[in-house]
Amino acid sequence: MKKLMLGNEAVARGAYEAGVTVAAAYPGTPSTEITENIAKYDEIYSEWSPNEKVALEVAIGASIAGARAICSMKHVGLNVAADPLFTASYTGVNGGLVIMVADDPGMHSSQNEQDSRCYAKGAKVPMLEPSDSQECKDFVKKAFEVSEKYDTPVIVRLSTRISHSQSLVEICERTEYKLKDYVKDPAKYVMMPAMARPRHVVVEKRMEALKELSNTDKFNKIEWGSKEIGVITSGIAYQYAREAFGDVSYLKLGMVHPLPDKLIKEFASQVKTLYIIEELDPYIEEYVKTLGIKAIGKEKLPIIGEYSANLIREKIFGEKMESKPVTDEEIPVRPPVMCPGCPHRGMYYVLRKLKLTVSGDIGCYTLGALPPTQSMDTCVCMGASIGGALGMEKARGAEFGKKTVAVIGDSTFIHSGITGLIDVVYNKGNSTVIILDNSITGMTGHQHNPTTGFTIKGEPTKQVDLVKLCNAIGIDRVRIVDPFDIKEFEKVVKEETQADEPSVIISQRPCALLKHVKFEGPIKINTEKCKKCKMCLSVGCPAIVDKGDHIEVNEALCVGCMLCTKVCNFNAFEKAGE
Amino acid sequence: MEKLNIMIVGVGGQGTLLASRVLGNVAMKMDYDVKVSEVHGMAQRGGSVVTYVKIGKKVYSPIIEKGEADIIIAFERLEALRWIEYLKEDGTLILNDQRIDPMPVITGKAKYPENIVEKLKNNYKNVISTDALQIAKECGNMKAVNTVLLGILAKSTSIAKEIWLESLKENVPAKAIDVNLKAFEAGYSA
Repeated sequence: MKKLMLGNEAVARGAYEAGVTVAAAYPGTPSTEITENIAKYDEIYSEWSPNEKVALEVAIGASIAGARAICSMKHVGLNVAADPLFTASYTGVNGGLVIMVADDPGMHSSQNEQDSRCYAKGAKVPMLEPSDSQECKDFVKKAFEVSEKYDTPVIVRLSTRISHSQSLVEICERTEYKLKDYVKDPAKYVMMPAMARPRHVVVEKRMEALKELSNTDKFNKIEWGSKEIGVITSGIAYQYAREAFGDVSYLKLGMVHPLPDKLIKEFASQVKTLYIIEELDPYIEEYVKTLGIKAIGKEKLPIIGEYSANLIREKIFGEKMESKPVTDEEIPVRPPVMCPGCPHRGMYYVLRKLKLTVSGDIGCYTLGALPPTQSMDTCVCMGASIGGALGMEKARGAEFGKKTVAVIGDSTFIHSGITGLIDVVYNKGNSTVIILDNSITGMTGHQHNPTTGFTIKGEPTKQVDLVKLCNAIGIDRVRIVDPFDIKEFEKVVKEETQADEPSVIISQRPCALLKHVKFEGPIKINTEKCKKCKMCLSVGCPAIVDKGDHIEVNEALCVGCMLCTKVCNFNAFEKAGE
Repeated sequence: MEKLNIMIVGVGGQGTLLASRVLGNVAMKMDYDVKVSEVHGMAQRGGSVVTYVKIGKKVYSPIIEKGEADIIIAFERLEALRWIEYLKEDGTLILNDQRIDPMPVITGKAKYPENIVEKLKNNYKNVISTDALQIAKECGNMKAVNTVLLGILAKSTSIAKEIWLESLKENVPAKAIDVNLKAFEAGYSA
């Protein structure tokens, strides 16, 4: 039976069919739906882990214990999980271990555009790269076989357009995987110098054997067409290349680490002009060139951003797609915004009013850096807000510290903010940290986390007590405030930033998109009362519109959170429809 | 039918998902290859969203590029203007005549372009502009905007109506079938 599936959904199906019984992940666009879909299979234990490092450690443990395990993350998540990855390469596996990593060329929803293929090379583990949903499923199943046969973790690399494109997939039955025996084997699983040294030898031998696999397995296949042009490509770039080049010859790489030296040489020897088509880094190109083969790659094609068939046509053949614009006026951009009713809006209103330096973090609240709030000063990586605020204070002194706050979401705090907070206490900082407790992991589309009290399957579980946690770390000043109580929020922020000791403010209000969150319903402006002072515009709600001669509430967008009514000095808002 | 490229453009949260799901289903019923592509995440939060649906004997790239779309379904006027260059010269634009101001317009940093529909009609001969929100209301549910637009879309393709109806039934919740069928018919005969 064929089914139309997202690449991520097909990965989940592949894991299911391969008999996987343990899956762990931390959500991150574009990888999130892999584990959301795995969670639908009752045969698989699945979890949202606190971060990617823990997720991979859980998967490694499951593998050593004899199960087939899968662990999924976005590209920057692999930075967090890199530590276990590099040593799991040495220990190898018992049950198969597959690591899914989703890159984001074009940075649709990421802070950088790093190329995960470099990790496969660095960690000395094989990497596969599918080019559509069917291959997502097939490659995941095959990855488990490779993992077990070659005693290695296997990375499968996706990209946004693979993860988030649906294409047809042939569905198969699940093959139950018999749990392998667990045998105590410290020489393999206890990586300390004396044991790790011989394991490194094993790793290098394994990579040689895998290179043979890469040369011979049908992962890497030649599609002969005209031999005037030969194209070496992989993943989504293969699809773009097929459209741009048409009937030429292709070496389509499904295994991108290790690369097949013999196959590449054979292919290159038979084509007149050789092109390397790959998004991001010249990873394949550099390898091809070290083989002494002439090829055209990044001197013509960009190292930045996503490719497309048109881009390849333009850069290689100089064929530029001309289109006549309908209008010469500027088309306003439509950047993402915090939703109407978003709890973060109240907080940013206060932070902007107090003109504080805001050390930021990753989540919906990163949108606070954009107009109209424009409050956030920095955003580097998950958890960086707290260490960043401490660093600012240490560099510029206590007075600067009193005008600085760190802003971090609940899930991000659990992910990697706790260690930063410990640093603040341990090293005698005075930082004020605002934890945005909105009862969910928001940005990635509502996943549970250790602060919500529910597991990935929606089962009730113990909930991290943020207050007790902060107290235990050594934070004596912990305040809980509703960010929509603007006056109180402002008062608390003033007090805590002025305090000569570190403090945590828990800004507590659920995400406006959660089903149980109910508002009053749309409001409107009484034009007789409105003095057009534009105070309401300063909250930055997409439902309040400056029409030039008057201000209007877009009733289709307004949910009735009433935040704007709290900044209006003229009582000019009233319930719509009255 | 050799191939059919359809783009669905709108504002995050407008419910463009159903249309792409039904389209994918239609393609499968006709035994065609199909790819449906959209970007999740950041783009959902009230930003500009676009879905590509490519149907054909064999589909490679999931992306539709400038001048390649046979049909664009625009859920909002400004988004129609933003993506119109992706439409083939003789392609069809199905426009829901609704306005949602983006943040730069709200804050007064940019102006919402005037007379969008006329500008589009001056440059493209097949522009179907409709107040799908009103039609949906008349059918009994404001949320059925997407189904009204699907009805219009169905009419402008050569694909048999029965196939559309089957796919629609398979993709809407049981309790919403009646209102959706009504909305589809309203669009089909609009």
